[in-house]
Amino acid sequence: MQKKFSIEVDCANCAAKVEAAVAQIPGVNSAAVSFMAQKLVIDAEEAEFARILKEVAKVGRRIDPDFAIDF
Amino acid sequence: MTRKQTRMLRRILISVATLAVVWVLCAFVPLPWYAQLALYLIPYLIIGYDVLRKAFLGVVQGEIFDENFLMAIATVGALALQEYREAAAVMLFYQIGELFQSYAVGKSRKNIAALMDIRPDYANLETGDGVQQVDPDTVAVGDVILIRPGEKIPLDGVVLEGSGTINTSALTGESRPRRVSPGDDVISGCVNQDEVLRVKVSKPFGQSTVARILELVENSSLKKAKAENFITKFARYYTPAVCIGAAALAILPSLFTGQWGVWVSRALTFLVISCPCALVISIPLTFFGGIGGASRSGILIKGGNYLEALAQVKTIVFDKTGTLTQGVFQVTGVFPAEGFTEDTLLETAALAESWSNHPIAQSLRAAWGKPLDSSRTRQVHEEAGHGLTAQVDGVPVAAGNARLMAQQGVQIPQNSKPAEGATVVYLAINGTYAGFLQISDVEKPTSAQAIQSLKRQGIRTVMLTGDAEAAAHQVARRLGLDDYHAQLLPGDKVEKLEQLLNAKAPNSTLAFVGDGINDAPVLRRADVGIAMGSLGSDAAIEAADVVLMDDDPAKLPLALRIARKCRRIVYQNIVFALAVKFLCLILGAVGIANMWWAVFADVGVMVLAVLNATRMLRPVKPE
Repeated sequence: MQKKFSIEVDCANCAAKVEAAVAQIPGVNSAAVSFMAQKLVIDAEEAEFARILKEVAKVGRRIDPDFAIDF
Repeated sequence: MTRKQTRMLRRILISVATLAVVWVLCAFVPLPWYAQLALYLIPYLIIGYDVLRKAFLGVVQGEIFDENFLMAIATVGALALQEYREAAAVMLFYQIGELFQSYAVGKSRKNIAALMDIRPDYANLETGDGVQQVDPDTVAVGDVILIRPGEKIPLDGVVLEGSGTINTSALTGESRPRRVSPGDDVISGCVNQDEVLRVKVSKPFGQSTVARILELVENSSLKKAKAENFITKFARYYTPAVCIGAAALAILPSLFTGQWGVWVSRALTFLVISCPCALVISIPLTFFGGIGGASRSGILIKGGNYLEALAQVKTIVFDKTGTLTQGVFQVTGVFPAEGFTEDTLLETAALAESWSNHPIAQSLRAAWGKPLDSSRTRQVHEEAGHGLTAQVDGVPVAAGNARLMAQQGVQIPQNSKPAEGATVVYLAINGTYAGFLQISDVEKPTSAQAIQSLKRQGIRTVMLTGDAEAAAHQVARRLGLDDYHAQLLPGDKVEKLEQLLNAKAPNSTLAFVGDGINDAPVLRRADVGIAMGSLGSDAAIEAADVVLMDDDPAKLPLALRIARKCRRIVYQNIVFALAVKFLCLILGAVGIANMWWAVFADVGVMVLAVLNATRMLRPVKPE
């Protein structure tokens, strides 16, 4: 299923990198980041979301130290 | 400006001031290098400490090649080469560029948010003991809400009481207010203008028009255009490539010439130029502005990819009924026979049909326009496919087609010639021919103008319809369509569309415009599916890529122009940014371009590209 999250990401290039990195997380079918809307959409199994989101926060901060996600 | 931005602005100003003081001081007072370094470090650190921090964190995390890392290496390198001024200035300009970018992005976000300012904050819910202000989310279907003048309609519903005008401009871009009275549907996001309306809610907030539109606009920036994907992919290879180039430039020539200082300095110039942000930011910004601007005009585009496809449209295929025509029958001619007046003819026909719900009966009543006493009509016999007979004020009346007249033994005179393609209702009163009424589905007032405008843009226009050949021919000729195909069953439409898709020019796209009610398969099959006037229809919003919020075909040429403007700006930015960057890279490698050029190639290009992108926020004027 698809879920949408508000994120904080500072630069457009970081947003693109976060998108690519999140898509690589095991269990994620697809991911899209909108830099302009500051939104992240993840398509994954319902049960996997808790683990995936933890990893998203981790990879996000690796790419942009100011990365934040609301969930 | 946000708090973050004001803080950055303050840092920039302080840093500029300190840099100026230090610069002047070092120009007039001869100081040893370590004193100069110490002095220049003050403005450098004020402006760049966060960049250095992020660069350090990046390296620790194994995430090199980000812009912070590039700027840190370039400026620290410059410091090591005793180019203190350059180091501080590059960092300063970089941060000015970042601030500018963040301001521009924030501003366009706010701009879009403002024009999408349709989200209602509350609903006035009628409860057992008075009226209560509640969150629209908590209102249930079937509840009754009150909307006072000046308030936004919070949920979709049906008017129970009150009639007045509502302003739909936030949704449709149409400034003419719409009249509503009891029984009419109202949609959320409109503003009630002058009367208190009591409305029975028909959809929960999540499914109301306003929530769906906001969702759609927000999601549109998640569907990326090819240009956007191209540029992020490009950035992924470009930055590492330039960094490797810089390393090679620093080491290889130095091994032969021994002039390490010269070549390392050139390599640092390379690093500053290699920052990809100018490119990456301007493209989503342009698409965002384009989609936002379009929605202000009542054109919802579901993604950057569709905006891109719209710019390449060379063929537009139209559905007829409800798209080019109003989809409602109207009496377009009243032709009484000798001895009868127009009024008698129309009133009698309207009375005879006063019990019927057939679209033709409705159009007759609408044309008469005055109240009808249907008790004057008795003994109605509907003859399916022919018409009906009835007693009006005790006089036998027959209303229907030529076959009904023949069946009733009524002679239609030779000289009564209805227009080709129109539906005709003949009327016989007391067995005598009384004349005929001509009924047609009229074109929308802006259809012809829209088609003309599309043709001027070099677009081929084709109409598909299930209607009879004669009616289709009429409409196609009057509107000036290039081609039409009539008498198509719903399945045939898909087949015809396939043929047109195969016949189109390479690299061009085909758009299908329909009212969305039974066009879903065709909408999906076209390169761009455009649904029209479908504010209420979920199926259409689901199936279409572009939704025109009102019924106005004139929005089509406008949508294409917005799309093309967007494409133009995106291409300009890509070409301009890449050209300047490559030029500066070459000039940097041969030693013509120094650090100052590099700053322009990075920050200057970014500022210009962003300024160019923000042109998209200004409304595109209709012709």
